[in-house]
Amino acid sequence: MKLIILENYSQASEWAAKYIRNRIVQFGPGPGRFFTLGLPTGLPRDHPESYHSFMWNNFFKHIDISPENVHILDGNAPDLQAECDAFEEKIKAAGGIELFVGGIGPDGHIAFNEPGSSLVSRTRVKTLAMDTILANARFFDGDLSKVPTMALTVGVGTVMDAREVMILITGAHKAFALYKAIEDGVNHMWTVSAFQQHPNTVFVCDDDATLELKVKTVKYFKGLMLVHNKLVEPLYSMKEMGAERSQSKKPYSD
Amino acid sequence: MPSNKSVSDAPIVQFTNCRILRDHQLQREDLWVREGKILNPEKLFFDEKGSADVQLDCKDSIIAPGFIDVQINGGFGVDFSLATDDFRSGIDLVSQKILSHGVTSFCPTLVTSPPSVYHQVLPQISVRNGGAHGAGILGAHLEGPFISKEKKGAHPEHCLRTFEAGAFQDLLATYGSLDCVQIVTLAPEMRRSSEVIQELTKRGICVSLGHSVANLSQAEEAVQHGATFITHLFNAMLPFHHRDPGIVGLLTSDKIPAGRRVFYGMISDGIHTNPAALRIAHRAHPKGLVLVTDAIAGMGLAPGRHTLGQQVVEIDGLNTYIAGTKTLSGSVATMDTCVRHFQEATGCSVETALEAASLHPAQLLGIEHKKGTLNYDSDADFLMLNDNLYVQATYIAGEEVWRQDASGM
Repeated sequence: MKLIILENYSQASEWAAKYIRNRIVQFGPGPGRFFTLGLPTGLPRDHPESYHSFMWNNFFKHIDISPENVHILDGNAPDLQAECDAFEEKIKAAGGIELFVGGIGPDGHIAFNEPGSSLVSRTRVKTLAMDTILANARFFDGDLSKVPTMALTVGVGTVMDAREVMILITGAHKAFALYKAIEDGVNHMWTVSAFQQHPNTVFVCDDDATLELKVKTVKYFKGLMLVHNKLVEPLYSMKEMGAERSQSKKPYSD
Repeated sequence: MPSNKSVSDAPIVQFTNCRILRDHQLQREDLWVREGKILNPEKLFFDEKGSADVQLDCKDSIIAPGFIDVQINGGFGVDFSLATDDFRSGIDLVSQKILSHGVTSFCPTLVTSPPSVYHQVLPQISVRNGGAHGAGILGAHLEGPFISKEKKGAHPEHCLRTFEAGAFQDLLATYGSLDCVQIVTLAPEMRRSSEVIQELTKRGICVSLGHSVANLSQAEEAVQHGATFITHLFNAMLPFHHRDPGIVGLLTSDKIPAGRRVFYGMISDGIHTNPAALRIAHRAHPKGLVLVTDAIAGMGLAPGRHTLGQQVVEIDGLNTYIAGTKTLSGSVATMDTCVRHFQEATGCSVETALEAASLHPAQLLGIEHKKGTLNYDSDADFLMLNDNLYVQATYIAGEEVWRQDASGM
């Protein structure tokens, strides 16, 4: 894995954004050649804090993506399991996920794969753990009875199939989960730990998230930042890539 | 980008690189328009899988809802209180010219006139949508003749009337028809005004208090019967007195029925009201302030003599007086000048200044679900302004109807 440690939330976000941008540009997407970006899913459609609104306001309205290229699990579908199975098919049809970007819960979950989820699970309906319900309560005026208890989610196995996985972890309240994810063993109670067995994982975090890690681990990876920063500098653009395609180097990987 | 396939085939325009006035704040958001209305881009994206057909770069302009002028007596040589043969073309001229001031909807105002004038002129005013031909007409504002002799201002005394004999029937006989009337200004201390106010309110007409010597309780009673507006606050009414605030006291009255708001017009041309008085009113009741021009025929023309109904008016710079007197009569201010002056005099935010000319008049007339805001599904009447609140372009129903040309004319 690559562990990228930045000073704070803004710097971590910026590094991750630049990395994703470079990955997309270097992949060279075009008509018929799609860069498939995977993201974890969330709340039901109709709620103003719904995942759709969140994604629209924070991502889609700022970029020029075509609506047909956006696939979000529909929590209001009549047959939820069929919806999940269809989602897996869509991923296959798109050529698989090129890069999956996700966060980590304080209980170490990836997407809504709560502790105890199978590490080879696929997209399915999940009942949420109390921790997650509490964390989501802020979107429902703090009223626990209003928070949905079920969610559709991609499985751990689904994410493991992606060609690359990026996990964003910031804040001291995530520190223990990060420790369990990368310094302890692979365990279905801390589902993010499954990525120890993935060939291409990048963890991007801030200083606070490293509070439970060994000093040795942190020093080792901070020492590698010079090399890791080559992944985000220079920042590529689609216009330049057209000209440089013949001379492109393979991006650094460990 | 593939074209949108959706609920409608009409082109979708996305205005980008702008700051729009929404939810009382300037937000860095794009403005989406389809079929003359403001479109919700999130619904378009997820429900219709649609996208923009045209993207326009607004070069960091401010986009605000179009201004609504509820008191304008004429302009550019046209006097709405004069029953001329070419009245219709006169109103068309004014509605076209005020687009450059940022006005997208207005209420042509008639000052106190003999009944013959009302009978000839009112049938020629029709409520209509705006467009490239000019700003939309929301309905007429009849200021008088049921006003106080002591506070007639520039209105001709011989045309003043009362309705103490037949109340509403007298009013109807005087005006002839109320079909296209949106606002009536009257003096509430007149006998039987309560009945008249109730009848007018029942017909959906906004009743405004003005040119009056009413005390606060008379004014409050009028509000309880349905009055919701004050015509040019401070002017043509008793001055504020600490033991009887008069009509001005409505701004902070506790007798306003629940759920109702009293609005008040202010002519912020720097002449009708001292900036300190403007600030007092604004601070006392910011949500009720409605900017109006009270513009007269001489607006937009060179200084000199013009008419205002039955009177002759002399214009000297920004001052407009009844010829030979010091009685103010209307103004030659334009709406965008009023917005700028209001913002400077009160030091309020740009958002507040813009809302005083758009959202508040729309709320006064009960049309804020389609005018006066940039909310989804409302009419796409809006302005592009620069940071100093000079209008750069005017749009009605999503179409550009006026643009500042490069030479700055």
